[in-house]
Amino acid sequence: MATPLIELSNVTKSFGPVDVLKGVNFTVEEGKVTALVGDNGAGKSTLIKGLSGVQPYDGGTVAFRGEDVHIRSPRQASAMGIEVVYQDLALCENLDIVQNMFLGREELNAGTLDEASMEFAAQKALQSLSVRTVKSVRQKVSSLSGGQRQTVAIARSVLRNAKMVILDEPTAALGVAQTEQVLNLVRRLADNGIAVVIISHNLADVFEVADKISVLYLGQMVAHIDAKKTTRDEVVAYITGSKTPEGVA
Amino acid sequence: MTYTTPIATGHEGTVRDQFTGYIQRVRGGDMGALPAVLALVALAALFSALSPFFLTTGNIANLFVQASELMVLAFALVFVLLLAEIDLSAGVTAGSGMAVFQVLFSNLGWNWIVALLVALATGALIGAFIGFFVSRIGVPSFVVTLGLFLGLQGFMLLLLGDGGIYRLEQAELKAIMNSNMPVWAGWAMLVIVVAGSLILSLYDRRRRIKVGLPTRPFVMLVIKIAALAVVGALVVGLLSVNRGQGMLAIEGVPVVIPIVLGILVIGTFVLDRTLFGRYIYAVGGNPEAARRAGIKVAQIRLYAFIICSSLAVVSGLLHASRIGSIESTSGRSIVLSGVAAAVVGGVSLFGGRGRLAYAAIGALVIAIIDNGLGLIGLPAGANFLITGGVLVAAATIDALSRRRSGVSLTRA
Repeated sequence: MATPLIELSNVTKSFGPVDVLKGVNFTVEEGKVTALVGDNGAGKSTLIKGLSGVQPYDGGTVAFRGEDVHIRSPRQASAMGIEVVYQDLALCENLDIVQNMFLGREELNAGTLDEASMEFAAQKALQSLSVRTVKSVRQKVSSLSGGQRQTVAIARSVLRNAKMVILDEPTAALGVAQTEQVLNLVRRLADNGIAVVIISHNLADVFEVADKISVLYLGQMVAHIDAKKTTRDEVVAYITGSKTPEGVA
Repeated sequence: MTYTTPIATGHEGTVRDQFTGYIQRVRGGDMGALPAVLALVALAALFSALSPFFLTTGNIANLFVQASELMVLAFALVFVLLLAEIDLSAGVTAGSGMAVFQVLFSNLGWNWIVALLVALATGALIGAFIGFFVSRIGVPSFVVTLGLFLGLQGFMLLLLGDGGIYRLEQAELKAIMNSNMPVWAGWAMLVIVVAGSLILSLYDRRRRIKVGLPTRPFVMLVIKIAALAVVGALVVGLLSVNRGQGMLAIEGVPVVIPIVLGILVIGTFVLDRTLFGRYIYAVGGNPEAARRAGIKVAQIRLYAFIICSSLAVVSGLLHASRIGSIESTSGRSIVLSGVAAAVVGGVSLFGGRGRLAYAAIGALVIAIIDNGLGLIGLPAGANFLITGGVLVAAATIDALSRRRSGVSLTRA
């Protein structure tokens, strides 16, 4: 097996007396969807914040393609190709899809905004994800549905040449059809060779889209299993702590 | 990778498709300056029916001159309104800039150009002051500028003395609002504007073709430029007719018009085509998203306030030029008309939506009400009531269209 894109070994994080991450191992591979599940307070967000540079880990090692790195800031994470799509999406509703996808990294031509090339690149990025749901790339985001907005936010990471995309509850606020669209999109993201981490409470979604399932339980990684070789009951048991793995403790 | 058919860009289709697309956007709540344009037409029709003087060339020239200082003030306010901020002190900032000019020019005998530049710098300084408190400390702009609204009135009184009124003596400055360009210069201006916008449209079109993007039907570009040329020719033509009552010929485009037009064009270019402009819209739309995208939100806010206050001084100059004097009490009430002009034109008070051209149309609406009511001899009280009513109506349209575009997102 190739070197994983990201390999966390024994990472820890405490807030005062509270140990949120108690030595977690976690690997993410390119072209695979890794689901990160766990009950509230298990440490999912803290684990992600360490990867995105928002809250660096206290201890342990992070290897990026086999090399030790210290991710200290969001900017650094972004430069390495780690993009986070937050639950609240962070889009400007008054701007159109192209403008949002390029926000903060606009392309210029002779000092002015190069709308034509940005529009073209945005179109390409959406096409590469086989997005069919948006009518026009010049639609204002305010006119988009929740699923379409999620699509724009995810496509933005593709545009930024992300190597790894972390999705925080991407389907939480969506209806059935839109959830399906977004999950398809997540799958295609991975098929394009990107390492995808998806945080979700919805096990149906997880089983539909994930290749690997990692379960956090009270700050410890209790399982890192192949989605095809496990069952919903087993995952639930890990999440609730009624099943503890041998070896990991 | 799987490629599907390209997603539309809004440039595809026939003229008819484009038109339906526009109707859809309007119905979706994205009305732009449409209500203001309709109001402008309706008001013009109403007043020309009520007063025989309304459509005279003399009055039309007057209208543009009256509207110009309001327009520039509204342009100034657009920069902060786009950020969902407000500058209540813009009017007294205008007055303060001119007070500084008066002291430097008349009392200290400075060169008028240098004095004017210092007056503009005073505006920029006031803007930096507001921007600092709003963006770095986090004081609401409403409060900071309300404080300045009072403080700067005191500043003017201290500079010019209680009840101080000074004649504006520099001929060049008085000429701005009180003289006209030669007739040929008006037409030359029109040619430059039409040719400029044609070249820009063709340039944009060529870039799209080069990249391989669809373009709107060429005939639409022609219609757009032709419409601009026709409306422009109508205005320049009317202003080129001799509107003098006596022996002296009064003709030509007022000098202030190319000045206002210049500010409009440059400002629109900055807002539409530069990073700074894009970031103003982004910060106005969603500051948190802008911050996460790496935009220096505080810096954008600071610059917007500096631009606003500096442009306000320009409007103060136009005001002083029109009335021919600099007063220690000027600018107290005009700021609300400036906000009204911007909002009536379709600039959103909620931030992120609006253009300078909207503010220009809004300023014309406010000026036309003022002018028309004066002509039909309604008392000043009625003027305030009606202008106030129009502002509330415009703000209502703004809020409703915002709600409508909010509703559409819950539907898939």
